[in-house]
This record gives sequence, C-alpha cells and structure tokens, in this order.
Amino acid sequence: MCGIVGVFLKDSALEPDLGAMLTAMLVTMTDRGPDSAGIAIYGREGSGPYRITVQSPDPAQDFPALAARLPDAALVGTASHAVLTLDPDRADDTLAVIRAEFLTVRVMSHGARITIFKETGLPRAVADTFGIAGMAGTHGIGHTRMATESAVTTLGAHPFSTGRDQCLVHNGSLSNHNDWRRRLRHYGMTFETDNDSEVAAAYLTHRMQGGDNLGAALEAGLRDLDGFYTFVVGTENGFGVLRDPIACKPAVMAETDRYVAFGSEYRALVDLPGIDAARVWEPEPAKVYFWERAA
Amino acid sequence: MTALDLAHSDLRAVNAQLQSLNGTQSNAEFDVLNPRGSHALAVGLDAPIAVRINGSTGYYCAGMNQHATVRVAGSAGPGVAENMMSGMVVVEGDASQYAGATGHGGLLVVRGNAASRCGISMKGIDIVVQGNIGHMSAFMGQKGNLVVLGCAGDALGDSLYEARLFVRGSVASLGTDCVEKEMRPEHLETLAALLGRAGVEADPASFRRYGSARTLYHFDIDNAQAY
Repeated sequence: MCGIVGVFLKDSALEPDLGAMLTAMLVTMTDRGPDSAGIAIYGREGSGPYRITVQSPDPAQDFPALAARLPDAALVGTASHAVLTLDPDRADDTLAVIRAEFLTVRVMSHGARITIFKETGLPRAVADTFGIAGMAGTHGIGHTRMATESAVTTLGAHPFSTGRDQCLVHNGSLSNHNDWRRRLRHYGMTFETDNDSEVAAAYLTHRMQGGDNLGAALEAGLRDLDGFYTFVVGTENGFGVLRDPIACKPAVMAETDRYVAFGSEYRALVDLPGIDAARVWEPEPAKVYFWERAA
Repeated sequence: MTALDLAHSDLRAVNAQLQSLNGTQSNAEFDVLNPRGSHALAVGLDAPIAVRINGSTGYYCAGMNQHATVRVAGSAGPGVAENMMSGMVVVEGDASQYAGATGHGGLLVVRGNAASRCGISMKGIDIVVQGNIGHMSAFMGQKGNLVVLGCAGDALGDSLYEARLFVRGSVASLGTDCVEKEMRPEHLETLAALLGRAGVEADPASFRRYGSARTLYHFDIDNAQAY
C-alpha cells in the first residue's frame, strides 16, 4: 500500500498555493504510507536557471565541498537536500562533476522546473523539513510510501526522476522490473536503486527520449510493464495517470476549470477548492490520462 | 432525525452510536454530516434504522449491514455494502471496486457506475447498477441477482455459480463458463420486482440474461484449459 497525490493547475491564481495543497493531501495519505514521503514540484517556467536537486547522507561535509567545487552554481541546502541553480549551459558539465567526484551525493532531479524532496519518516515531518507548504508551482506529485519491494531508504522513496524534468510515483509492484532494468541498461539508462518503480520511471524516460510524448510513452508502458500499478507521472509541461488492466490499486481523480487532481482516495481531495462541484471519477483500468500545457 | 457530524465527533463515536441500536426494532433516522471519504462508516448495523450520509465515503461503507437502510448522497469507495446480509444500501453517485462483494442478502443500488469486481462472490445479495460496471463483475457469483442498466466490462460472470445477471447494454466479454440464457417469464417477473424496489424505471424486456453454463462445477479433465 502507498498513497499518491497530485495536482496539475489550470488556473495560475492557485500557483502560490500549490505547495500547501499538496502538503495537506500528502499528510491525509499518511496511513497509506508512513515509511517515507516525497514530493516533486514544478516551478513556473521561464528563461530562468537550471535546477539540480541533490541529496547527501552527510550534508555538513558534502554541501560545502560541492559549493566550493562548483563556483558557478548557487547552492541552497535544506537538511539532507540541496538545490543548485546554474546557467542551463552548465547543466551537463555540472551533473558530470557531481556524479564523478561526489560519490555520496545523489542527484534527485534536474531540469528547468522540477525540484524533488524525499526522505524517510512521516509525511508531515518530511513536508515540514523541506518547507513544502510554502512552495509555489504549476503542478506537483507527492507519495507516501509503505515499502514492499525494497528497503526503506531515502533513495527508495518516491518520486523517482530518471530524466530531465521527469518524475514518477507508483503504488503497486512490478513483476518484470529486473528484465526491464537489464534491457534499459543496454540503452544507456543508469539506476540508483533496486526499486521496481525506478525502472518504470526509466522506461518512460527511455520512451520519451525516443520521441514519444507522455501519452504515447504511457501507452507503450501498458504493453511492456507487467504487474500492479497506479502511476502518476510529471513532465515539464505535463501530468499523466495510468492504472494497470486489473486496477487493484485505488485511484480517484477530480477536475474543475481550475485544476486536475489525483488522490489514492477521495479523502485526499476533500479540501481542494470547489471540490463539491468538481467532476470526480475513478480512472478506468488500462486507460492513459494525460494533460499537457502549451510550452 | 439525529444529526451526527463527523466534523465534531470521531468516526468510532459515530459508528458506536449507530450500532448502539443493534438488536432492537428501532426505526430511528440519522443524518451523517461531513463524511469526507471516511473509511468503514455505518458498518455492522443490525436494526431497521435509516442512515443518510451527506457526502462521499471511503473504503467499506455499510459493510456487513443487516436490516438498516443506508443512503450515500455522494460516491462510495471500495467495498461498499461488502458482505451485506439484509437491508438496503443506496449510493447516489458512483461506487468503486468490489461493491456488494460476498453479500448474502439485501439490496444494493448504485445510481451511477460501479467499478471493477462488482458483486464478486455474491451469495444472495441483489445489486442494481444504473450505470456501467467494470471488469470481472460477479466473479464466482453463487446466488442473487445483478442488474445493470448500462454496460458491463470484460469477463462478466467468470466461474459463475447460480447468480443471475441481467444487463441492458453491451457486455465487453463473458467470463469462463458464463453464457447468455433465455429470458423466461419468471425472470421478467424477478427483474420487474427488483427494478421496482430500486426505484428504477426500465422495461424488463430490454435486458438480456446471463448465467452459468455449469460446466465447471466439478473438475473434468476435458475442461482443464477453461480454468
């Protein structure tokens, strides 16, 4: 069991409230996943800097060293995570330096808009540690984890990001993830964990690198990924939902002219603005749902 | 009418108050406010009371119901009216997966759609769904009637025993050992009575009936590939 929440805003007036909306939803889903929690939040687009979110088990040691090694990047650390902002032209070099020289530092996400914070512990504590409630953005996805397939660690928490501005959260368990991890490695994908959900994220990244849009990548996933899943996926401009054909894992969606929202249960949605008048439905099994905003 | 507001009292207290009449012949009426998707609301009732829930509920609403009438003025999460013995449960909106699962008796009415596995392993419950139902509905249904005014998803009535299935719309596919059967006068009569009890206007003759081909009751090596 795990809990998933997600919001994709259509009305920009709600953007300052996104972090608060997601935090409340995430905390409501605590009893579905008290092991760990995480959130991916997409800031407003623009010609701004590139963002790299990193995590370290020893931030006191690693983050000052990282700041000294990368003078072009501005580093803001919060507990075990730090966000580096830098010129987009420096992104590839910077990622290469972090991965080659800082072996205890893990890249949580990178992109023009995405930031990921995730940690073991109760969702309320995780959200408070990183100040999620104060964050603004256009869309975001959160996850509360009750681990079944791999260890309770920061890296095993969701969301998983395996490509620029992409992330995935998962409720369920995949049965052919080892096979797909092996295949995706042949295509050059790298993995941080033994987690099945990371494979699903990498699979979608691989498909999108090959030219699929989010909807097409999810359609392909329906054919290739075997097991139980409800996925919620974010891209720079998009938000997608997919349930496996058996659809044991719960899912409720709500849509108004101001937002699209996802919750593992209706409880997660009850405080959203205008929920009483929203269209609320259970997403169909094996049907791809995705929303994209014009870039 | 007694109002029970979940904004001010906790779920256990509300359920305990409803259950305090169990074993009596009370016809008391209750209005439950602010359910906010709560789990296991109005479960284990055993008295002819009437409970109206003003909003949507989470998992297992009105489970194990006996004699009571529970109305959900909203949608219901997974397992609504699971293992119902008698009484009536009405969901004004949609019902999530396995609505009415394993029910022994009583009537479940869903005014909207019911998701997958509706009436799975039903053992005597009657279920009327005004919208559509999802895949694997009435799987291993043993007794009772499932009436669907809309369409049914894949594998309807898989491994069916003696539950009777009536569908007005299309059926995506029939499950193993489920076949269409002749609609005889006694079935039209049963259906008319059920539609009447559910407060639904529909012509019984517009439905098709499905039931068990009874080839899987006992293991037969010639049927091995069908299991």
